[in-house]
Amino acid sequence: MKVVYERPKTLEKVVNHYCPGCHHGILHALIAEVLDEMNLADKAVAVAPVGCAVLAYNYLDIDWIEAPHGRAVAIATGIKLAHPDLLVFTYQGDGDAASIGLAETMYGAIRGMNVTTFMYNNAIYGMTGGQMAPTTLIGMKTTTSPYGRDPKREGYPVKMAETIALQGGTAFSARSSLYNPRAITDTKKYIRHAFELQMAKAGYTFLEVVGTCPTNWGMTPVEASEFAKNELAKFYQLGVLKDVEGSEQK
Amino acid sequence: MSDRILMKGNEAVGEAAVRSGCRLYFGYPITPASEIAEYMAYRLPQVNGTFIQAESELAASNMLYGAAAAGKYAMTASSSPGISLMQEAISYMAGAEVPALIVDAMRGGPGLGDIQAAQSDYFQLTKGGGHGDYHVIVFSPYTIQEVINIMPLAFQTAFRYRNPVVVAVDGLIGQMMEAVEFNYFTDPEEIPLPDWSLSGKFRHGNKKNVNTSLELDPDKLEAINWRLQGKYHEIEEKESRYDYVGVDNPETLVVAYGTVARLTISAVKKVLGEGKSIGLFRPVTLWPFPKAALAQKAKSAKRIVVLEMSAGQLIEDVKLYVYDPTKQYEFHGHPGGTTFTPSEIEQILRG
Repeated sequence: MKVVYERPKTLEKVVNHYCPGCHHGILHALIAEVLDEMNLADKAVAVAPVGCAVLAYNYLDIDWIEAPHGRAVAIATGIKLAHPDLLVFTYQGDGDAASIGLAETMYGAIRGMNVTTFMYNNAIYGMTGGQMAPTTLIGMKTTTSPYGRDPKREGYPVKMAETIALQGGTAFSARSSLYNPRAITDTKKYIRHAFELQMAKAGYTFLEVVGTCPTNWGMTPVEASEFAKNELAKFYQLGVLKDVEGSEQK
Repeated sequence: MSDRILMKGNEAVGEAAVRSGCRLYFGYPITPASEIAEYMAYRLPQVNGTFIQAESELAASNMLYGAAAAGKYAMTASSSPGISLMQEAISYMAGAEVPALIVDAMRGGPGLGDIQAAQSDYFQLTKGGGHGDYHVIVFSPYTIQEVINIMPLAFQTAFRYRNPVVVAVDGLIGQMMEAVEFNYFTDPEEIPLPDWSLSGKFRHGNKKNVNTSLELDPDKLEAINWRLQGKYHEIEEKESRYDYVGVDNPETLVVAYGTVARLTISAVKKVLGEGKSIGLFRPVTLWPFPKAALAQKAKSAKRIVVLEMSAGQLIEDVKLYVYDPTKQYEFHGHPGGTTFTPSEIEQILRG
């Protein structure tokens, strides 16, 4: 019998802690698939964030470090310079990468560090219970923007993939999603491209992944996927913002 | 290069680090520590090392965290306000058992304070500084030659115990020049990569390494903390260091470290020559505090004099470990960047 799909070898056989309908699990599995396909799992070190993915180190069979909140790219920088032959990536949320760790993330791009960042953008702080994120949409209600995000009061949502794309040291910056098979296929393609560019020492690679948070959005998994597609991806447009290997605009 | 050369303290810190096998430096400019970064920016490329000017002390200390967790000798240096910012990474590194080296060229505080030499980081360095029950190992050399002698030991001690180590100098030691000697040069290739390093599974038996300070199960975290306390007790037993100059059972015992000890030593020698029963106890490690040795030296002392460039921090440990209400405790301090003059110390010692 021909095997058409199997569990990625690098994905640990454990039950994860993510809520039903959360897309973190899909992103973990895609990264594991790419690590397997590129045969890089034994040369990879990943940096886990503070946030919902704080326990990500339990899910991929590679070396991991758990960083202080926001400092993932700084930690990745230290590891990469200690062992330049490794594949080093950070796995972060929007609050981690775009609020408390904005300086560290930006300097990954400014410095052109050969590391990759995955920023899961679900427009909310999930682990702490649904507070406003730097990426919360205008009008969106959270526990710390209970009247809806009003730019006069809470400022504007930040577009990270575009910001990172502007920096000289960025080799690749893109935004993708996971709400349907097509989006998942694109995300996997970008993961692979980012890793290839990192191993070719092309510079900083950044992938913002628009994902869900059914629990804190107060939605069912299906509703959350629809919200990601119809609301989040409308404001956070999907596609490649920068690619040193030629434009691949969607 | 075993001849004596004239070198500035901060540059000696950098050269000593290179010769100890350190090839990774992450820094952020701050007076009076900036020459350490400048020296490393110039020196590291000559030995295939890497210097990074970080975007902040937060980033510098977390780059250090990454590089040390990757199993390499790495360092940063800063001065008091910068060290305050690094307390985040230091607490995490203590929890995750990462052997990083941090040099603190102490200056006056609190807040921005000033840029002159001070010793008011004693509390933040020896009592934890960040959150959680932990200790960092703190060396406090009092001459540039002692800085040079301590640097390789500081790296080795950090790796032996998988614990952050601070070498606490002050603005004076950093800024002055002395004739010094380097009698070592370690090839970093000869420093073995620890089996716990984050270096890719292929480098450590294809089994994944995870470095974290997180343990959500409170019973397990308590067990981890008791294990760490056990490690700290072992460090206290094995790594406490001090120096003593004076008569065997002095009536007056002076306690001082770093620059103040250096100023005090000539004054002590002078009054010793006048026949006074006196001795200078100089902690070389501020943590672990050489408490047993201090208690022993203080046994017959009637008068204990503590001299610090702070408003009185070291004296708390002196009183804690030599608790005796029949003794007379005396504190003299210079908080804020001024320091003692030799004649001032002589006057104090004569009582």
